Amino acid sequence: MPGPAPDERMRPEGRRNSQGIRVDPEAEVTHEPRQAVLSALVKHRPGVLAEISGLFSRRQFNIESLTVGPTVDEDTARMTILIEEPEPGIDQAKKQLQKLVPVISVTELEPEAVRRELALIKVGGEKPDDVNAVAEMYGGQAVDAATDSVTVEVTGSKPKIDAAVEAFKQFDVQEVVRTGAAALERGADTLEKHD
Amino acid sequence: MSERASVPKEDQTETEQDDDREPITTGAQSVIRALENAGTDYVFGVQGGAIMPVYDALYDSDITHVTMAHEQGASHAADAYGVVTGDPGVCFATSGPGATNLVTGIADASMDSDPMIALTGQVPTDFVGNDAFQETDTVGITQPITKESYFAGDSDTVGDNVSEAFALAASGRQGPTLVDLPKDVTQGETDREPMAPTTPDTYDVPEEADDTDVQEAVEALADAERPVILAGGGVIKADASPALREFATEYEIPVITTMPGIGSFPEDHELSLEWAGMHGTGYANLAITNTDCMLAIGTRFDDRLTGGVDSFAPDAEIIHVDIDPAEISKNIYADYPLIGDAKMVLRQLYDAMPRAPDADEWRERCQDWKSEYPMTYEMPDDEPLKPQYIVETFSEVTDDDTIVCTGVGQHQMWASQFWEFTEPRTWVSSHGLGTMGYGAPAAIGAKLAAPDQEVVCFDGDGSFLMTVQELIVAVREQLDITYVVLNNEAVGMVRQWQDGFYEGRRMASEYPWIPQFDKLAEAFGARGFRLEDEADVEDTIQAAREYDGPAVIDAIIDPAENVFPMVPSGGDNGLFALEESHLEML
Repeated sequence: MPGPAPDERMRPEGRRNSQGIRVDPEAEVTHEPRQAVLSALVKHRPGVLAEISGLFSRRQFNIESLTVGPTVDEDTARMTILIEEPEPGIDQAKKQLQKLVPVISVTELEPEAVRRELALIKVGGEKPDDVNAVAEMYGGQAVDAATDSVTVEVTGSKPKIDAAVEAFKQFDVQEVVRTGAAALERGADTLEKHD
Repeated sequence: MSERASVPKEDQTETEQDDDREPITTGAQSVIRALENAGTDYVFGVQGGAIMPVYDALYDSDITHVTMAHEQGASHAADAYGVVTGDPGVCFATSGPGATNLVTGIADASMDSDPMIALTGQVPTDFVGNDAFQETDTVGITQPITKESYFAGDSDTVGDNVSEAFALAASGRQGPTLVDLPKDVTQGETDREPMAPTTPDTYDVPEEADDTDVQEAVEALADAERPVILAGGGVIKADASPALREFATEYEIPVITTMPGIGSFPEDHELSLEWAGMHGTGYANLAITNTDCMLAIGTRFDDRLTGGVDSFAPDAEIIHVDIDPAEISKNIYADYPLIGDAKMVLRQLYDAMPRAPDADEWRERCQDWKSEYPMTYEMPDDEPLKPQYIVETFSEVTDDDTIVCTGVGQHQMWASQFWEFTEPRTWVSSHGLGTMGYGAPAAIGAKLAAPDQEVVCFDGDGSFLMTVQELIVAVREQLDITYVVLNNEAVGMVRQWQDGFYEGRRMASEYPWIPQFDKLAEAFGARGFRLEDEADVEDTIQAAREYDGPAVIDAIIDPAENVFPMVPSGGDNGLFALEESHLEML
């Protein structure tokens, strides 16, 4: 075939980074991952959780937690999804989520949104009074007590729960269950369609 | 020039108002009624236990059922039917293996955004989850490869599910949908008429792009010195080819297509640079590399098109028109995103464009590249038959509206490179999924979709063998299709990569034990031809075309022939190799 070989051809300078983003070559932009809280209203019907979690897994989004529960409308459920991604990944996750047919609307919540997580922590029952004292320090309470175990409920932000779990380690933690975050926007804003 | 290659469809309202039809008594009947209401003429499928009630209801319908040899064939035929007509092709399969056999075709349709609806039988609802005979979780399996998969749980609403799935497949960014039909639901009693085809209320289809965004985009385009239009499959899907032609010729902007976009712009037009990507033309790839402003319409910037993203159109500002917001900045950052229907946005752009870009010099340079890197091949006298020559010869003797189907492999690339496409919906191929075996059943779907148009299928020996059993369908239905097997006794594309990138270690890529396809064709009841000499090419093609029914030309081609130009995977489009030795430089 005629024509110059590859090394004889004219080439432009190029102004794209490895993500295909056009950049100023002097100051190449790299996107550091950040945490984002996505809140999604979805149709409350069988299989919807599998559809959404499947989307996150097959598109390789780094998911931190996912919680789901009904809303006041019995046909609608609400999901809170924490992801840690660079900016384009967060944008892509929102759009892909919005594309799913059972998804009514998707919003990324502001960092100051109300975020709460629930943990149940089962510890040894030797020092129930001490356990109770620690629980109170974290605004929690004992919800079950037996001769050899106490189960404590703590609600709050992720760092607070992390700290609580750490504090309970002195009592021989036997089991922990955590829900992952549920979150709502502060103020009067709600997640309606076409917002 | 016909925008849509199919025969015109009957007026839909007529069917809906047809009150002479028998009242519905079962879920299965409402399934069929929903298909009738949506205007279905053909269904491709294979019978089986769990889907039997639906087939029984089909017995009384005017919808024509085409029994395929394998469910994979049904899904590819339905896909091709959808590509050619623009309306969803329909395929049926039973539960379990029937449904799983459809999966390849569904995934193929999903990757290429082809409108298609699959209806699968399922074990009765009481048995679901018990690992019953021929049970699989069809909804679970297909969810990632459909726009939506429905589990129909109720005889009263099963028709609504089918109507919605049909509408969803056809609207917005098109794609496959599936409805899983438990046997007790289709057998169950109901007198409900299915609703009219309507998309779900959560599904929004954008139409026109934002006017301010359009204004900003046209200003960037008008200011460009080296503008190009990149037209993807979405242009064809949106029936936007005439709008594209109008826009490009009015503002004199060179047009490159993607491979699925082949046919969206006439390749014989002087502004056409044909198609870009891994095996696209040198001039298209050079134009992409050197453009300063690209208007990309209906393309998802697949890696076979872009090569490495950092070297893709490195100097260009990108205006990206797409109906799917999720495609914006997914692979290539869009400086000017325009979300909307390609046809409508092209009209907006046309009206808003302040002036044609001042690009005489650029157009000249593109023409120079055309003469510098022409699509050619060597054909010495004593060499074996060249595949490119066969494609080129065939292209010259047929009409513009001839539909070309292919399998996947080297033959697919030669067909796309050396056939001259001028009309939309005449190129039917498997792009995103790259499904070997797509060609033979796709040609059946295409021929039934457009019975008045000539249909030719280029296949490779490896690809053809994967679905060769579908020949029996072409014979039974007396379909006038010409199959050309470009036979190099190998999975040629794999062998080419092994030679180029694996030191010629041809592990499992050579097929010296293939059958004689002309004799195989005769065994199926088709007409077989064997082609070995250059001198016989034209006569053999004519003889096969003249035969009224499926004909198979077993063309024994030069096994040393490889596909060039080539951009290595993840490479730089501007640095395409023109021959084997160039690969070492890259």
